[in-house]
Amino acid sequence: MTGSTTVQQGGNAPAGFENDRSEDSVAGVVRGYVNKIKGGDLGALPAVLGIVALTIFFFALRPETFLKPINIANLLVQAAPITLLAMGLVFILLLGDIDLSAGVVSGVCAAVMAQLLAEQGAPWYVAVLGAIVAGALIGLFTGILVGLVGIPSFVVTLALFLGFQGVTLWIIGQGGTVSVRDPVVRALTNDFMPVGLGWALAVAVIVLYAALQLNRWRVQKARGLARAPLAIVAARIAVIAVVVIGVTAILSVDRALSAAIELKGIPYAVPLVILLLLVLTFVLGRTSFGRHVYAVGGNAEAARRAGINVTRIRVLVFVISSSMAAISGIVAAARLSSVTAASGGGNTLLYAVGAAVIGGTSLFGGRGRVRDAVLGGLVVAIIANGLGLLGVEAYLNFIITGGVLLLAASVDALARRRAAATGH
Amino acid sequence: MSVPQPEDGTPILELRGVDKSFGAIQVLHGVDLKVYPGKVTALVGDNGAGKSTLIKSIAGIHPIDGGQILFDGKPVDISGPRDSAALGIEVVYQDLALADNLDVVQNMFLGRERKRGILLDEASMEQAARDTLAKLSVRTLKSVRQLVSSLSGGQRQTVAIAKAVLWESKVVILDEPTAALGVAQTRQVLDLVRRLADTGHAVVFISHNMVDVFEVADRVAALYLGRVAADVPISTVDRPQVIELITAGRSGDLGIAPAVAEGVI
Repeated sequence: MTGSTTVQQGGNAPAGFENDRSEDSVAGVVRGYVNKIKGGDLGALPAVLGIVALTIFFFALRPETFLKPINIANLLVQAAPITLLAMGLVFILLLGDIDLSAGVVSGVCAAVMAQLLAEQGAPWYVAVLGAIVAGALIGLFTGILVGLVGIPSFVVTLALFLGFQGVTLWIIGQGGTVSVRDPVVRALTNDFMPVGLGWALAVAVIVLYAALQLNRWRVQKARGLARAPLAIVAARIAVIAVVVIGVTAILSVDRALSAAIELKGIPYAVPLVILLLLVLTFVLGRTSFGRHVYAVGGNAEAARRAGINVTRIRVLVFVISSSMAAISGIVAAARLSSVTAASGGGNTLLYAVGAAVIGGTSLFGGRGRVRDAVLGGLVVAIIANGLGLLGVEAYLNFIITGGVLLLAASVDALARRRAAATGH
Repeated sequence: MSVPQPEDGTPILELRGVDKSFGAIQVLHGVDLKVYPGKVTALVGDNGAGKSTLIKSIAGIHPIDGGQILFDGKPVDISGPRDSAALGIEVVYQDLALADNLDVVQNMFLGRERKRGILLDEASMEQAARDTLAKLSVRTLKSVRQLVSSLSGGQRQTVAIAKAVLWESKVVILDEPTAALGVAQTRQVLDLVRRLADTGHAVVFISHNMVDVFEVADRVAALYLGRVAADVPISTVDRPQVIELITAGRSGDLGIAPAVAEGVI
């Protein structure tokens, strides 16, 4: 090993990776995090800062309404369809692709559900399943055009963006509006969990999260692998617990405007979002499919040479994304109690892409997590909700929301350049 | 310079009269090549001599048109990358093909992840990756959980080579592993190549750099316009001879017969 001393500028790593086998110190974790931020990998930081800053901003301007439990419940319901759509888009963005038709696909699927309920008199579960199957088939179609035929996703989904608006119009027919009266579907956004059940769910979420984190730490320790110190793991659990308990407490207060009625509990859309967050995070982080999605987004050629079927991954990702669009469309239809020809159009897609990017998912592929959609969805919903409370004019609303998306995309692009420059 | 000795042991990989054409253009003409376990075979040749085509034929990316490939003495049919991988032939390409957004462990196991049920078995993969790197005495990586994007060129090469070793491959083909590296990093990679052979792997080492070739190789095979000019122990030739073999196809008694050498354009 002549000259080996000169090649260790990268850090004096001892043979056998002792660094890797030991537990990191709290200071080491903090230092590592600061280095990561400096290196351009901002993670969830912009979204968390955004939520805090926007909350302070709107609370200062509308102290009497913005942080009232009724508005917080409203805000969460507002965020749900954006977040669900963004969750699917995270998969697409991870590949470095884009789905411009995701918004209108949610409209098509919502129309399918509404017509199954209204025209066919189908029970809610058939209608909901029908909408999700429609979404999956649309995703299969889009995925085949992109993955198998090889048309850039931008072009395919731009064409479908136009085409599917026509499909929605055709499904909805002359009336222009189909109302959604099914009580189960409407309950998603207009009904609330009993307070006791809400607390039970909150505790279950915290216990599940703590158990998963602690178990992982235990396995890493037993096997002598690199791991965060127990203090950091405990801190993470504490943060989650505080947020979950706080939100549950706020939503368990009676928020009815008149004393005659009682209005309290968590909207059903919230546990739906949490459930899908858990499932999709599991798929992306713990299965080989998820690993391959990251690999294809990072270096498709490397993935191909490693024996990964890149086409299959791409098609499956579009199926997942469009299915999530269907679920988003169902929740949006429940919220408005109707489906119109314009459902899923307008700024639906812009909000969802914005949510994913603000949350920290890169437009260049290879970097992103499902939780980005949740954090970013909250930011977007806070902006929409707050501007509504301020009563700003429609033109300003468009300009501000567009500006926020541009800002998020700029942060993403600059972070990427910085990452390339610093080698992170 | 010592007297040529008969090679000990049988070659793990042997090519006999391999032909390969792309349309009307014949790129490989009756190529014979022997690759021995525990030895580094340097594959040299000028640009366009057919080195890349030759390794892609062995890797199954460009299946051969004629001739025979023998693995462990038995004729085999390599018609796709999976066939060569199943035999235990790993190719480390010049562009490495690593995913920057994944860490060292994730890259080493890419496409062949270990699972428990449907879950990825991260702990076992991390351990195996580290054991492999330790076996190769890799001392230049800080952590196996580093993202590949944060690694230097030499470290990336190390990861790509370790990836090949992880799969208990018998033959490791390295396509110009030192081409883009600085002095210190070249040193690292050459040491690694040597250790690879010392741990029993048959190594094919493609390089334009004669210093590297003479430092690390046990045998040298020179390609000249799609023909093998020589496939000899490196102790039987010196640097000017190898350069002559590369540029003219012959040197003294070695190389392609003059008639043939002049006949090929």
